[in-house]
Amino acid sequence: MLNTERSPITGKRVQLMATCLCDAFYDDVAAATVEVLEHLGVTVVFPEGQTCCGQPAFNGGDWAASRRVVRHTVRTFAGEDPVVVPSGSCAAMMFHGAVLEFEKESDLPEVAALGRRTWELADFIVNGLGVKTWPGSYPATVAFHRACHTRGTASGEAALTLLRSIAGVKLAEFGEGEQCCGFGGTFSVSFPNISSAMGDLKLEHMRAANPDVVVSGDMSCMMHLGGLAAKEGKPVKTLHLAQVLRDALKAAKS
Amino acid sequence: MRFQPIDQYSAGLKADTRASVYQSTKSTHEKRTKLLFDQFAAPDRLRELAGEIKQHAIENLDTYLPQVEARLKANGAQVHWAGTAESACAAVLKIMRDRGATKMVKAKTMVSEEIELAHYLEKHGLEALETDLGEFIVQIDDDHPSHIVRPIIHKNRREIATSFEREGLGAYNDDPGTITRRARHFLRHKYLEADVGLTGANFVSAESGRIVLVTNEGNSRFCLAATKCHIALVGIEKIVPRDRDLSILLNLLGRSGTAQDLTVYTEFISGPKSPAQPDGPEEMHVIFVDNGRTEVLASDCREILRCIRCGACLNVCPVYRQASGHAYRSVYPGPVGAVLSPLLMKDKFPQKADLPKASSLCGACNEVCPVNIPIPDLLLRLRNRAKEENVPSPGTPPMGAWALMASQPTAWKAALAGGKLLNYVPTKLIPVPALQAWADKRALPAWRGGEFRKWMRQRAQ
Ligand code: SF4
Repeated sequence: MLNTERSPITGKRVQLMATCLCDAFYDDVAAATVEVLEHLGVTVVFPEGQTCCGQPAFNGGDWAASRRVVRHTVRTFAGEDPVVVPSGSCAAMMFHGAVLEFEKESDLPEVAALGRRTWELADFIVNGLGVKTWPGSYPATVAFHRACHTRGTASGEAALTLLRSIAGVKLAEFGEGEQCCGFGGTFSVSFPNISSAMGDLKLEHMRAANPDVVVSGDMSCMMHLGGLAAKEGKPVKTLHLAQVLRDALKAAKS
Repeated sequence: MRFQPIDQYSAGLKADTRASVYQSTKSTHEKRTKLLFDQFAAPDRLRELAGEIKQHAIENLDTYLPQVEARLKANGAQVHWAGTAESACAAVLKIMRDRGATKMVKAKTMVSEEIELAHYLEKHGLEALETDLGEFIVQIDDDHPSHIVRPIIHKNRREIATSFEREGLGAYNDDPGTITRRARHFLRHKYLEADVGLTGANFVSAESGRIVLVTNEGNSRFCLAATKCHIALVGIEKIVPRDRDLSILLNLLGRSGTAQDLTVYTEFISGPKSPAQPDGPEEMHVIFVDNGRTEVLASDCREILRCIRCGACLNVCPVYRQASGHAYRSVYPGPVGAVLSPLLMKDKFPQKADLPKASSLCGACNEVCPVNIPIPDLLLRLRNRAKEENVPSPGTPPMGAWALMASQPTAWKAALAGGKLLNYVPTKLIPVPALQAWADKRALPAWRGGEFRKWMRQRAQ
């Protein structure tokens, strides 16, 4: 079972874990996350020393390498403030994966403590801050992809709560929503045939629903699906939930 | 070899086979989910409870195994203990030889596949005939099951009709009704000729010594109708503490496995023929098989022994759906097999250390498992074990240099800047296998390393 127990939010300051993917490819997603949090009156601190949550090596089976990165992350995100991350997968790495690979380590308590104050963005907004509606408008048919690492957490439902509340958003229903997109970290490069076949199936289901945009709380899935679609010459528009929330706000202001 | 064996197998799989596997698993999975959520207020709570029962049972086998042995003996059965596959096969052979028996009819049991019993008996000149329709087809085709509940999920009816024609079971006819009727007709005589009936056990109650068999075809009943001797082959993890634990487990098994409220037959067998029970074989043997399970119990993957072999994790698994069961080179394929099969190899673990890699870790298996086994966690533990034992893993990028970089902010920032290279140099020219594998199937987004940090700094000013 996932450890999803969280201490209640008291202050209005958070540390942002931007994720390595946003650091390398998706700066706009990280920026949107900051703007969305600031709109809610939250002060966002960005610890400069941050790198990656450690998941690539954890999933790749090299736990010793992963622990090294997790230890760095624990040092970087010291303090008591909640850590907010625009990725269900990196959040789950902190509160579940890291705890698993530190089971026999003496610094498990520090790792588990960081896990308990790490929140996926939508979960933080809806269940941490208690914000259940979102202002502004976003006129589009949205196919929402629930990233697999949010199974058993409140993140998927939280994202849908926010999306449903935005004026103009029409959620597209599509088949086999519970199925994985095929990314899976190192799986995507060591099982490229199965990974891409899974992605193609996901795209087929989504395209049948004719969405204007595919939205997820995890850029890793979007990088894979968007990359597959682009390579096939039939690109699909992909966005992170934070970008939709930010753009909806912009519409409210203009 | 560039990629993982299971990925290569999948790439070569016939489109027909993939379609059969996909259609059948998808439809069972969807029916299963509807059934459970329509009928129970909190099916996930039920799965957790069932998991706790089985976890308790396997962690207390030292109490329950002696208890079940005493109950079975009191019920008139003979109990045998087999540490290995060979000793389990030898125990069956001895029972048959002692009786002068030459023919056995078999119900479906995965543990008999695991110990390769049918081949063993044939080698010793004895007949062991599969009576489950799927297993019968596997046997006449000299094939292997590719699913733990539906052994021939990889075959279509045209292939089966061709096999029947070849075996002289009638002219080509691919109507499923006709195929079943012909198999039934052929098998009917075999039940009457056989002296020994072999079954597995889905559960054995430590409280009463009752053996529970769950089937749909009724063949296990036929196996015990005319034969004089019943042999039950049972993995030691099949024990449940009490009869009433069966209610929750049976409620979940049929629904999870085949999307049925209950399977067509649920048999409770409490011993051989006796004055109080005038039907059935006069002799009953229960062979408890370890074959590596004690080692699994001692490992950090012991939760896999909760498994009740329902097949739900295979049905939902996107990798199984793409690759089919034979890709796993094991009696137990799919998510459960990716954990159990390498563990059962004992010191030959490296030969199957690639199986736990065959997962995107999507967690769908855990979400459907009726005994709530945290399969992804166990896959991860086994990946780490493979790394610690230095088993090579084709296609998995090395993590050492990355970890070094990701634990030193200066190096990390330098890499963020250096990555810009990707925007100018064609990926074909960059000799990083992981990058090639990515780019072969998917476009790479533009590298924007460090841009967000720049944005944050500018706002702060
Ligand atoms: S691991 Fe769970 S879902 Fe898979 S076969 Fe066993 S009991 Fe069923």
